[in-house]
Amino acid sequence: MISVKDMSVKIWGFLLIGIGLTIGGYKVVFLGLPMSPNQQTKTWTVQAKVNFKGSGGPAIVDFTVPKITPGLSILDEDFISSKYGLALQEKRESRVAQWAVRRARGEQLLYYRLFVAPSTKQVAWQEKPDFPFPPDFEEPYASAIRAIIDDVRKESADVATYTRELLQQLNAEQPNENVALVRSDINSGKAWTLTIIDILKGVRIPGRVLWGIPLSEATNDVKLRQLLQVHNGDRWLTFDPYSGAEGIPDNFLAWKTGNNPLIELTGGDRAEVQFSVTSSYRDLIEVTRLGAEPLDSALLSMSPIALPVPNQNVYRLLLMLPIGALVVVIFRTFIGVQTFGTFMPILMALAFRETQLFWGLVSFSAIVLIGLFIRFYLERLMLLLVPRLTAILIIVLILMLVLSLISNQMGAERVLSVALFPMVILAMTIERMSITWEEHGAREALYQGSGSLLVASIGYLLMSSEQLTYVMFVFPEMLLVLLGLSLWMGRYTGYRLTELHRFRSLVSRQ
Amino acid sequence: MINLFARPSLLKKNGVIGINRRNAELIMRYNPRHLYPLVDDKLITKQLALDAGIAVPELYSVVEYQRETRHLSTLLAAHDEFVIKPSKGSGGNGILVIAGRFGDHFRKPSSDLISLGEVEHYVSNILSGMYSLGGVADKAIIEYRVKFDPFFEDIIFQGVPDIRVIVFRGVPVAAMVRLPTRESDGKANLHQGAQGVGIDMSTGESRGGVLHNRYCTTHPDTRMTTSGLKIPHWDTILKMAIACADTVGLGYLGVDIVMDRDLGPLLLELNARPGLNVQIANQTGLQGAIQALQARASIPASADERLKLVRSLTDIHLTETTA
Repeated sequence: MISVKDMSVKIWGFLLIGIGLTIGGYKVVFLGLPMSPNQQTKTWTVQAKVNFKGSGGPAIVDFTVPKITPGLSILDEDFISSKYGLALQEKRESRVAQWAVRRARGEQLLYYRLFVAPSTKQVAWQEKPDFPFPPDFEEPYASAIRAIIDDVRKESADVATYTRELLQQLNAEQPNENVALVRSDINSGKAWTLTIIDILKGVRIPGRVLWGIPLSEATNDVKLRQLLQVHNGDRWLTFDPYSGAEGIPDNFLAWKTGNNPLIELTGGDRAEVQFSVTSSYRDLIEVTRLGAEPLDSALLSMSPIALPVPNQNVYRLLLMLPIGALVVVIFRTFIGVQTFGTFMPILMALAFRETQLFWGLVSFSAIVLIGLFIRFYLERLMLLLVPRLTAILIIVLILMLVLSLISNQMGAERVLSVALFPMVILAMTIERMSITWEEHGAREALYQGSGSLLVASIGYLLMSSEQLTYVMFVFPEMLLVLLGLSLWMGRYTGYRLTELHRFRSLVSRQ
Repeated sequence: MINLFARPSLLKKNGVIGINRRNAELIMRYNPRHLYPLVDDKLITKQLALDAGIAVPELYSVVEYQRETRHLSTLLAAHDEFVIKPSKGSGGNGILVIAGRFGDHFRKPSSDLISLGEVEHYVSNILSGMYSLGGVADKAIIEYRVKFDPFFEDIIFQGVPDIRVIVFRGVPVAAMVRLPTRESDGKANLHQGAQGVGIDMSTGESRGGVLHNRYCTTHPDTRMTTSGLKIPHWDTILKMAIACADTVGLGYLGVDIVMDRDLGPLLLELNARPGLNVQIANQTGLQGAIQALQARASIPASADERLKLVRSLTDIHLTETTA
């Protein structure tokens, strides 16, 4: 007989657990969040050093910096330029940093530093180019190019295959005479790419240069490399102008596209840009947080990683409390272990965090036992409840102090940190234990006391697990999963393990 | 011990109800929370019982404020025997029984002596909430000490036995006598070591018993067998239990009744979360009777009709055990 209540609890549980796991899964699969702590990833620092000679008057430097970087995400960037004013002009697909100064004389140095990490995020250029007009080539190039174009056209179906075929022919190891003629005057990668773009204009395929930096381990004088980009009416396709390889190579930092200059200088001369690359490893979680763009990180901004560090540390602790509570639920509902109070064991487990388990158990038991005997004496003095609790609190404090002083004399540091023990927990434990002792006897008191310590120990072990802490902290949606689980457990009406023992006589006699 | 644990499937077959099921399906479903104060506060229970014509031990006085503890000697002057208990205590906790006086001192049933100062401290502890749920401030009730009916005199060594009847939807479904033992210090509380003895619902005859969750057919102090004794006033007891359930409106109720030599059955207290030891004492699970009652669309209004129902339920039990 399944009641409506049971059904709705089941449904809610499924929903909550489903939602929690879906969000978590999304973060792992699509945002690339690692499932365990200390996973590291490679990051690169790319530095551009700009120097020029100031002519004494005002100087303005327009420096193009990366904006769209497929395969890589920008974690952070610095502009180091002591007396220069900085303005960052954001355009749709490019960014220009403008450094300006009233007076620049002599050697001027500006630095731009960029931190990037590999990313699986899909980004692409969206801007659509106009169809180019076929340029007028001079003879004899014109006929050579026409011949090449006709050759390639025979064997291609669309922009991509056309470009691939063209690159293959132009880069052939044994070029025919037309190709040889076209290749004859080319002396740089830039000129080569521009020539290919011109040829493509002949068949009205829009093309442009993509400038970028191949990222390696550590290189000091890196040159910008050119890649060919053609637009197929839908998106930009990237080709290596020499090998014809399609796509943006791995670890290639796209810096700028098109013909706009990398640097524009007014009020000076001999402007030079020098790139250097260094690689390093950083925590993947840090990288993911920094690298996620605002749009994607709506989920991340909902997680405690987005908080300031001191708050983060509080949440690292708070987010573990449900784990402890779950342990209590399991022990009480499924096993039937008796504890002092419902959540007292969690508080005890929190106290153990300060002392580690062994010394926590030892000092906790010692203080409670001594406190218990003093409490029994206080009972004979017939004090009122609240003053008696206060007296116990003070005695607990004295005991802690004595314990700390003794352990200090003996040079044991661990016990010292007992000072951070939540004393109220100790005082309450003593009071509750002594009442249980009187009402239900020593057996019951020790039974409940050891039950509390057992649950607290297991709670402590789980709550101090680095892996669990990490998962709860990075995937706070696990709270929904825990909520769903606790709903499910809330409708558990089966026997407790201890009841199988308790009621065994009802079975054995049959 | 080979059988340290029972197989859950066998327990289920025998209709044994566990704490989780009791909480989720009986207490939460049949006991509305707003009715709890009626049974959690013994003063209110006493008043309700008096209004409904249910016999209770006579209330001597109530101590409400700490300063009144100083006048305790005058409050107690008229009585040699009395019981002091917290109004909001649970599980029989915090009950002090005074059996007489000895000079300036009071005498407990165990013959231990206790001074007036100690009694004052005891009352003061009650007032400050030492025995109440959640430690809230409480009142101390001073009432008539039951002169216990000799019906179990041969079996028990000391203390007052009481009878726990479990009432479901206004129909008594199970009962046991709780016999104090030396270990329980004369208290009829199973957690403190008292013995629970099952009662046949239709005949009112005692059966074997449970001691510390173990089945046990003799009393631990006297070694006397606990079975086969006829509980006096059995029908009155059942009718009292029915009247209590109707008065407080709780669907799953534990009714604690004591037997007074002169006054007959008296209502001691009600419990909205009665324990499950009654199953061990009777060697029968509660589920069978409860399911039979759950299946009924309505419960007859008259007590006599319900008594008939009690007997028919017992038949169900019997057929189930023999089958």
